[in-house]
Amino acid sequence: MGTTETGNARFVPASDQSLLIYFNDKITLQGHKQIRRMLRALELQPIAGVRNLHPAYCSLLVNFDAMKLRHAQLEEILRGYLGRLDEVSLPEPRLVEIPVCYGSEYGPDLNEVAALHEMTPAQVIELHASTTYLVYFLGFVPGFAYLGELPETLVTPRLGTPRKKVPPGSVGIAGRQTGVYPFATPGGWRLLGRTPLAMFRTDRDGLSLLSIGDRVRFAPISRERFAEMERS
Amino acid sequence: MNVIEVRAPGLLTTVQDLGREGFGPMGVSPSGAADALSFRIGNKLVDNPENAAALEMTLLGGTFQFPQGALLALTGSDFGATLDEEPVEMRASFEARPGQVLRLGPTRSGARCYLSVRGGICVKEFLGSASTHLLSGLGGHEGRALRKGDVLEIGEADGHRAIGYGLEETGRSARSTGGPRAAGPIGNRRLTAKALQQLSPRKILRVTPGPQNDWFPASAQQVFYASTYRVAEESNRMGLRLAGPPLPEGARGEMISEGVSLGAIQIAAGGLPIILFVEQQTTGGYAKIANVIAADLRSLGQLRPRDEIRFERVDWEMARALLIEQEKLLESKDLIRE
Repeated sequence: MGTTETGNARFVPASDQSLLIYFNDKITLQGHKQIRRMLRALELQPIAGVRNLHPAYCSLLVNFDAMKLRHAQLEEILRGYLGRLDEVSLPEPRLVEIPVCYGSEYGPDLNEVAALHEMTPAQVIELHASTTYLVYFLGFVPGFAYLGELPETLVTPRLGTPRKKVPPGSVGIAGRQTGVYPFATPGGWRLLGRTPLAMFRTDRDGLSLLSIGDRVRFAPISRERFAEMERS
Repeated sequence: MNVIEVRAPGLLTTVQDLGREGFGPMGVSPSGAADALSFRIGNKLVDNPENAAALEMTLLGGTFQFPQGALLALTGSDFGATLDEEPVEMRASFEARPGQVLRLGPTRSGARCYLSVRGGICVKEFLGSASTHLLSGLGGHEGRALRKGDVLEIGEADGHRAIGYGLEETGRSARSTGGPRAAGPIGNRRLTAKALQQLSPRKILRVTPGPQNDWFPASAQQVFYASTYRVAEESNRMGLRLAGPPLPEGARGEMISEGVSLGAIQIAAGGLPIILFVEQQTTGGYAKIANVIAADLRSLGQLRPRDEIRFERVDWEMARALLIEQEKLLESKDLIRE
């Protein structure tokens, strides 16, 4: 089963029960919007036999029940959706502010990142907190938002050896991305700070603080403010 | 209220069902039983709906007491179970009388054993599922593996037919009969020898090509399909790490993170494969050379550290035929003998 093109979208089987749609070969705002429109269309008009959807930077993975659907059949149905994407409207993006206490034990990699870019830690904080980021998608673990783009001068490779456990709320950077770890997980992103906000909570509507398409800004807070917010 | 009292939890025992599908856009992976096939058979043996929550035990089983009695079945790997010191038959329904103690030991075969109970296990559902997601601490019993002293509520059996339960037409719940559950026809169900043989877990895993298959040159493909890999100790419900011959470095493209499917075989730095499993990360940035077929995913759930496996490539039609065959057997009369 080969790869097929529809407009600029490519379909590639990922497994015997999943199909990848690539909207683009590189990360673009246009591609991101197409993915969101597709996701929205599939949420509004679900396809019988489709089990799960995994949006990412340039692609959407569609998991399906292989007893009900085959790749070619699903591809044909999805092509129909692609043809109607221009009619799908997206909600106005929300702007979410995330308070962050930068540096010290909350951001153990801040000084090293600053040194790598020949900056002061304060300049790194200033750069990281003065950019409005886009939530490209949520993935990895529940509530983990992939945010872009980081200012060019902050682009840093991930750690050579990932940490075995990153504390929840840690704010990290990797490549052109930044994000907040919702849970204590292994992680290779360089940690600049920590937020007292819960990124994923089961007792709130929507569960995840961030959703695909949201805009995000980080606001530096003091240690005292962090402790205060953590208590409440 | 009918309950299960956890006297000893075993190495890693969690509440599972068939998982929570549909929340990928939030980064939530389905989780659910690692050997879904054994899990489903367990529920069939105690006449539950297929998705009723059960206990998944790993490598070393627990000890459980049933103060009000229960109708039970053990499926998957043989953990040498005894009920009040008497050996218990695997893959057959049996009754625990009030106060009896079910004790499981270390595995004698694969990695996981399922304890199914008539009525299922009641936990607060999270996103429509009872399955535990350990990494995020969500679902199941308080989002964690069971501990000594935990008390789990047994659900009400859906009153249909209610064989041997002394129920009236009015549809009173099984629980309202109060006493222990009498052994009726459900108490004598067992998996047929034929089904047991056909459904035994495999060590040669059948795969289809992954989305980045063509990034791996012939030399890498050769190593991948000819090698025997050993399941590494640090394997878990998120993924199975494999040790063995690394794939040679070849021409690779630049990978942009994308959604990853269950059973995806990604090649990490160092050239060794990692198979993504039920508690998998939902997206990832490593190239995937292959993907375990749906019919063989359950076999992953029975792999133990140090088990040796190989990969065998099949085409899409074969993958589909094997899944259909498995599902047919699961629904057939040849599966269970009353």
